[in-house]
Amino acid sequence: MSQSTDTSSMSLTMYRISSWLKSPRPYLMFIGFACILAFWYFSVEVWKLPRFQDMPGLTEVFSEWFSKDPYYGLSIYTPEYYKHIGISLRRIAFAFFLATALGVPLGLFLGWSKTLREYIFPLFEVFRPIPVLAWVPLAIIIFSGSETPVIFLTFLASFFATTLNTMLGVESIDESYSRAAYCLGASRWQTFLHVVVPGAMPFIFTGLQISIGVAWFSLVAGEMVSGQYGLGYLINTSYMMIEYPKIIIGMITLGVIGYVTSALVRLAGDYMMQWRVRELALGDN
Amino acid sequence: MNMIGEMADQSTTRGAIRIEDVVKVYDPDGAAVMAVDHCSIDIPAGEICMIVGPSGCGKTTLLNAIAGFHDITSGKIYLDGELLCGPGNMQAEPGSDRIVVFQNGALFPWKTNLENITFGPMMAGKLSKEEIYDKARSMMEDAGLSGTENSYPGEVSSGLRRRVEIVRALMNDPKVLLFDEPYRALDSLTKSVMHEALLEIYYKNKVTIFFITHDLEEAIFLGHRLIIMSSRPCKPKKIVDVDIPHPRDYSVLTSPRFREIMNEAKGVVNEEAKKAFEAGEKEG
Repeated sequence: MSQSTDTSSMSLTMYRISSWLKSPRPYLMFIGFACILAFWYFSVEVWKLPRFQDMPGLTEVFSEWFSKDPYYGLSIYTPEYYKHIGISLRRIAFAFFLATALGVPLGLFLGWSKTLREYIFPLFEVFRPIPVLAWVPLAIIIFSGSETPVIFLTFLASFFATTLNTMLGVESIDESYSRAAYCLGASRWQTFLHVVVPGAMPFIFTGLQISIGVAWFSLVAGEMVSGQYGLGYLINTSYMMIEYPKIIIGMITLGVIGYVTSALVRLAGDYMMQWRVRELALGDN
Repeated sequence: MNMIGEMADQSTTRGAIRIEDVVKVYDPDGAAVMAVDHCSIDIPAGEICMIVGPSGCGKTTLLNAIAGFHDITSGKIYLDGELLCGPGNMQAEPGSDRIVVFQNGALFPWKTNLENITFGPMMAGKLSKEEIYDKARSMMEDAGLSGTENSYPGEVSSGLRRRVEIVRALMNDPKVLLFDEPYRALDSLTKSVMHEALLEIYYKNKVTIFFITHDLEEAIFLGHRLIIMSSRPCKPKKIVDVDIPHPRDYSVLTSPRFREIMNEAKGVVNEEAKKAFEAGEKEG
């Protein structure tokens, strides 16, 4: 029993990776990727299906992407490529940080105080279904420059997802935990810190996972209408300049980076919720 | 087993509960439901008092009123002569002199066993961290919990979890432990181990125990006294003294006296269970 207590988050991650490699899952994943790439290759370059004639082919995209002297001026060897990535990442970081810093505390208090919820939650229910794209004109009117509107749009959807999930997290906590805390002499504030905050943590991280996903979604929407540089901007301008391979490069890059950021959020969650990770690890055996 | 216990009532002077004419009426959607009806129970300090009744008869309502989780409609509840709740203040303030051990367990899953056990004293902030941890370690050792300090509750067996929860309560030096059918979900083997462990802890710590159950065997094995409740509204129907001397162990279960008490209580309990069942049929 005492050895298991030394299990650090690192070795747990290693354990996860090694058991993942032993399972059939990586091979199934490989087959899945191979299928979609094969479909792309055959439909465009071999069968030349009617609606695919303008679509850039697999070989064209990948040779452009990894070329030292790209025809359209964008590959992993050009600084411009990293500038697009860097600027998008910076916007995501700002917006996600802001949404978390405001959304988590607000969600906690909304879940904790019934009165506060009466004031704010109905407002929330009206604002939440408004799609980010509908906010674009207002964002441009209200915020100056090209950077702040994009960050605002990216922030918005993240903020709603984080707040809502945090609030649900507080509501999901079994009443007997706070009762137990009161029984053991904890004050209301101590109960909030020691029961409400950690108890809501699993939902908070579910919220953050959703939040980082919708952040990328709204970022691209924002970058398509405003701002210079960024992956959304890259995709949109490549379309207008008829540089189609760059669209696909931008899309795949978005997918990979989006996946990595959401994996990072998950890792942070595992790190902060050791108790949950260990319970789940026991369940696996 | 090392048992230093005698009959509890002789050695303990704190933790006497007096429930006086308590009524609790719930009023959901205007249709008043009487959960507890003019109920009076006197529990001397240090007694293990078993509250027996069919599920949903209102026993937990009584426990929640003592713990201070909700108010009562009328009546009074005293702890050691001091009014917990009554006219003027119908809801008791929850506090560490009366600690509940919950039906499904309420150890904080995000704290290690040691952090759970030290929770009460740490919140009170009266002792230094070292003193609290020393006390916790020695109590854990007494309860056979050494080596599980840094495990999370989710990593240990359900039987161990229950023990951690009781130690967490005892750390605060409570006058009364309120058990709300804590062993309901355990299998019968684990249950019997838990019963003996509970008695052992009781012999060492001498607190008053208010224990809700619908398991008659559990009630007779543990209790000094059974209070058999009528079903909705809840009020004492019959009191059975269990005159089997403490300390007890599992051999008690096969003794003739145990069987006699069982027979005496069973008729009353079954009658109430049948009433509760029929009432449930009507509601359904």
